[in-house]
Amino acid sequence: MAAKSKTASFDLSNQKDVIEKEFPMLQILNEEGEVVNEAAMPDLTDEQLQELMRRMVFTRILDQRSTSLNRQGRLGFYAPTAGQEASMIGSHFALDKEDFILGGYRDIPQLIYHGVPLYQAFLWSRGHYQGGNFPEGVNAIPPQIIIGAQYIQTAGVALGIKKRGEKSVAITYTGDGGTSQGDFYEGINFAGAYQVPAIFVVQNNQFAISTPREKQTAAKTLAQKAVAAGIPGIQVDGMDVLAVYKATKDARERAINGEGPTLIETVCYRYGPHTLSGDDPTRYRSKELDDEWVKKDPLIRFRKFLEKKGLWNEEMEQQTIEDAKEQVKEAIKQADQAPKQKVTDLISIMHEGELPYHLQEQYEIYKEKESK
Amino acid sequence: MAQMTMIQAITDALDIELKRDENVLIFGEDVGVNGGVFRATEGLHAKYGEERVFDTPLAESGIGGLAIGLALKGYRPVPEIQFFGFVFEVMDSIAGQMSRLRFRSGGKYNMPITIRSPFGGGVATPELHADSLEGMVAQIPGLKVVIPSTPYDAKGLLISAIRDEDPVIFLEHMKLYRSFRQEVPEGEYTIPLGKADVKREGTDITLIAYGAMVQESLKAADELEKEGISAEVIDLRTIVPLDIETIIASVEKTNRAVVVQEAQKQAGIAANVVAEINERAILSLEAPVFRVAAPDTVYPFAQAESVWLPNYKDIVETAKKAINF
Repeated sequence: MAAKSKTASFDLSNQKDVIEKEFPMLQILNEEGEVVNEAAMPDLTDEQLQELMRRMVFTRILDQRSTSLNRQGRLGFYAPTAGQEASMIGSHFALDKEDFILGGYRDIPQLIYHGVPLYQAFLWSRGHYQGGNFPEGVNAIPPQIIIGAQYIQTAGVALGIKKRGEKSVAITYTGDGGTSQGDFYEGINFAGAYQVPAIFVVQNNQFAISTPREKQTAAKTLAQKAVAAGIPGIQVDGMDVLAVYKATKDARERAINGEGPTLIETVCYRYGPHTLSGDDPTRYRSKELDDEWVKKDPLIRFRKFLEKKGLWNEEMEQQTIEDAKEQVKEAIKQADQAPKQKVTDLISIMHEGELPYHLQEQYEIYKEKESK
Repeated sequence: MAQMTMIQAITDALDIELKRDENVLIFGEDVGVNGGVFRATEGLHAKYGEERVFDTPLAESGIGGLAIGLALKGYRPVPEIQFFGFVFEVMDSIAGQMSRLRFRSGGKYNMPITIRSPFGGGVATPELHADSLEGMVAQIPGLKVVIPSTPYDAKGLLISAIRDEDPVIFLEHMKLYRSFRQEVPEGEYTIPLGKADVKREGTDITLIAYGAMVQESLKAADELEKEGISAEVIDLRTIVPLDIETIIASVEKTNRAVVVQEAQKQAGIAANVVAEINERAILSLEAPVFRVAAPDTVYPFAQAESVWLPNYKDIVETAKKAINF
């Protein structure tokens, strides 16, 4: 029997279970809008709670309007956000203006609430070069297209923040598919090695275009990938805006206290297609699955919670919807007024200062063409 | 003035820039305490500390992303990619990200990053250390690509590269690191990017080269002189942007040219130079502009290097072909 106990120290059969047990899902509001975790309840004023709701409603309306504008040919590339409002708005609500956002192409709502004017987001969608030229003081870069690249850049921004001694964080977003990228791991690993103030958010919306979450990895949670980088990770109910807010707020506090980065997995769902460029989710998702997730809807449960507290009513909801529609209308008008894009403009922004000879020559050629 | 090898001149340039601008940061694999595998950062960690000169985890893509992030916070990163054959691992950061961010942000964010990296054949390295991959990065809009051939040039060009607001790929030929010494002025001086150097004047033919092939071209010019042929040798120094004025002025004078590169022949820098000459000076030419380059195989095993790499004999032979055309 001695031999058996000797091999027991090398028995790895429990390892997976031990790790998985460390990553329970944080939930504060259940699907009925009832508080199920009073201890985790964040300290938010009534006004802040109402603002969270307004932002989620706005984001839902923006998604609907963007979708129809795209179908009318008045908007370009668009990646739908419905179902991810709690994840996007809750995480952003925990940030300060000084924090730096490196998002993906779906993360437009966070940019808007960080100070990117809506018309500029529309210009970005339309493929106008002014769409990525965010106003001074908006700490963000244009949305990332290469899945995962923003993760390593975030480690760099956060290292810069640490070196400058600033009390802010760099936050980044990717999806469940993004966690399969090498850059995902390099990003969290560099951030851990340098103990920098970074927050890595994985919006696990269950599908990377059509590939289901379970085909990405054998890991039971995506949050547990933090273990490999030696940093804390947490899985939260991504349909619960309070849970997402709480996890991000705590991560931010640790970061600015010098305690390093955090990985947050928000478990959510994308109701719409991957993008409006031809994706048909009925090819890879069942209606049953869609229905199951709609029951968890972040707006429904938060509305119930607020209504019970007397902080929200139908009138406020309608007012928010009207405001959102009006803002979209104004922003589209403004986007329509953007100057027509010229190749000479594009050549001019390639380099700071004097252009190299070949671009100078090409500038002259296009100046001539564009003057006709 | 001091006699310096190229590696010493590079260390000197880094030292000057670290001292001049506190936003200059040096990082990469083994560049800290160890001073880099070629000792390019020798002594800099001790002098400037961990905040300014630091090791990274072993991940090239991460190094590229780190550089971009630090540049976004106003730093002037000088990362090292330990060997340029490893560049494939960081290609998205270079080609997909740092070269495009100024453009993508409508001119808001500059990326003043200088990526230093050793490359080049003739020193019997293992696979994927010696490859000449400059053509790959030269094709990417938004980057500048510098390849010095002497200690003096290396110092002045590296200082310019670090001060440049655009991302610069600064490639250091391993064979040139310690192969000869040269007088290098103390203190700072710059050599503008995009400026070629006439390393030897001549009247009968122009040999255009960069990196280690400059030395081979100078050797070839010596040989040609013995046969009464006067060859001018142009060192491009930066392959993006090219110094078109110097190239065309020389070709208009000599009426013949050979472009030399260590890289494989296909779709290379030499082809681009030939095309520029054809577009701008075809009527000055008495012969086709020929190329000297390596064969289009994978970079060879160490034992085949000496026969595979272009050398001065190949250049002499090709120059004569142009002369006798």
